[in-house]
Amino acid sequence: MIVDLQLFIANERPSWEELEKRLNHLESEPNMTMSLDQLQIFHQLYERTASDLAKITTFSSEPEIRRYLENLVSRAYGEIHETREKRRRIFPLQWFFQTLPQTFRRHVRAFYLSLVITIAGCMFGGGAIALDPDSKPVLMPFSGLMQDPVKRVQEEEKAKEDRLQGFKSTFSAQLMTHNIKVSIFTLALGMTWGFGTIIMLFYNGVILGAVAVDYIHAGETKFLLGWLMPHGVIEIPSILIAGQAGLILAAALIGHGSRLSLRARLRAVSQDLMTLIFGVGILLVWAGFIEAFLSQYHEPVVPYNAKIAFGCIELTLLILFLSRSGKRKPADERTAK
Amino acid sequence: MKTSTLVIRTPEGIVFSQQLGGPVSRFFAWFIDQLCIHLILSVIGTFIAIFGILSIGFAIAFYIIGWFVISIGYGIFFEWNWRGQTIGKRLFRLRVMDVEGMRIQFNQIVVRNLLRFVDSLPFAYFVGGVTCWLNSKCQRLGDIAANTVVIRSPKVLEPDLDQILAGKFNSLRQFPHLAARLRQNTLPAEAGIALQALLRRDELDPVARVEMFGDLAAHFRTKVEFPAEATEGVADEQYLRNVVDVLYRTRTETRAEKTVAA
Repeated sequence: MIVDLQLFIANERPSWEELEKRLNHLESEPNMTMSLDQLQIFHQLYERTASDLAKITTFSSEPEIRRYLENLVSRAYGEIHETREKRRRIFPLQWFFQTLPQTFRRHVRAFYLSLVITIAGCMFGGGAIALDPDSKPVLMPFSGLMQDPVKRVQEEEKAKEDRLQGFKSTFSAQLMTHNIKVSIFTLALGMTWGFGTIIMLFYNGVILGAVAVDYIHAGETKFLLGWLMPHGVIEIPSILIAGQAGLILAAALIGHGSRLSLRARLRAVSQDLMTLIFGVGILLVWAGFIEAFLSQYHEPVVPYNAKIAFGCIELTLLILFLSRSGKRKPADERTAK
Repeated sequence: MKTSTLVIRTPEGIVFSQQLGGPVSRFFAWFIDQLCIHLILSVIGTFIAIFGILSIGFAIAFYIIGWFVISIGYGIFFEWNWRGQTIGKRLFRLRVMDVEGMRIQFNQIVVRNLLRFVDSLPFAYFVGGVTCWLNSKCQRLGDIAANTVVIRSPKVLEPDLDQILAGKFNSLRQFPHLAARLRQNTLPAEAGIALQALLRRDELDPVARVEMFGDLAAHFRTKVEFPAEATEGVADEQYLRNVVDVLYRTRTETRAEKTVAA
């Protein structure tokens, strides 16, 4: 069947042009808000164009106009049918002190699993070093860790010059970027149904356990705590949170016990993954700063007790932050109910 | 099954399709983006070199952080501010959109960009490329996790029908009963082919154009036989133009003619 194409276009063209103009305006300003009147007009234009698309598909084999209308309808469709909240303003403090800890607590079981995997790695690494000290090059293939702990402590304590003089900021930047990359990688490996994330967490645990046992075995426990605690109490939980995010992603992929579709499951966790990984990034910036400017200085420059005390304070604050911050008071909860 | 289009059905019952971006065009877009990132970094590096006079350690630290932030943040920044496009994607007319046709959200952009770490394994986006090749919607792992697809959005303009359907003299209209029979005997697909041939005539090679219009005119001449005075001295292309005019315009008057008459 043939329609009077020219008349059809002549009648409908103003609506298409108006819709295209409004879409261009909307797309050029992502934060634009439409008034109710504007929304009604926009909706009318969308419905009219969608109806034109249906007509042109039914009554004519003209592909060019159909493509043009499809393009307009698809752009308008996304704007009309989107029901997810569009955040116009970011509140960094509210996000940090409420959203981040709340998200962490919502998925705390994934964090515990992440912790268990790392502890298993620690036990494996520590056990391997205790049973076979010659396995050190295999477990910790890093030149900095290969040295005998006693010799290293003697060298560090005798050092009269600041080895990081002039390079502290560079060292700090390297640590921050490297650790954040490892964390993002740990999260991203959740797409391997969690296998990659588990391997990363376990391997981190192996290195940590091997180093700890190596120093404890050499009688340098205090040095170890003074060296690792100031930055480690933030850095290690950060990697665990990245692992938590990777396991959340893996759980959404696997979907065990869920009736939602894969798409719905992934959509449900997307916001939380972003929150957790941004939180990890902030924590690792702090850890990188502390590692370069404090952790690398030992007695007699900085007393070990002071460093350990500092680490304990940080850990306490972190635990309080993750477990208490953004928690509703019982009265608020009752009101919410 | 792998398809090259994403079909979306709206609650109003309207069905529309979007062409999906393939791995090759996406790879080229990514290559352009890498060049842009290197260009931005080299500009920043030049400025940082000036800071180096004051403190070399601070300058290097600033560069390391700048490199990290730009290499990760480039995609996030542009895709958010340009509604799913980066410079490379814009050049190749690609756009990231929600898999259900909705407006893309910031968290989706972040997730798909962070998962590049896995997609880029072991080198040059091998994992991402293979996944994209095998996936029915041409999604890499980051797209699957973020519920996004990359579509091709060619610049679509209104077709200019005025150039072919302007109110020129049409000898076939002198025989309205035969014109009506022509409309009756012609299938929609045949009418569409004739219209497309006229719309795209300038894209054709001259020899091919003459041959094609000859074939099409011969085909339509078999539908209805018009008297000699209507077809004599009319070139094949003009004959087809007259046929399309008859098929697509049921009224003898154009709007312009109506306006003049009024």
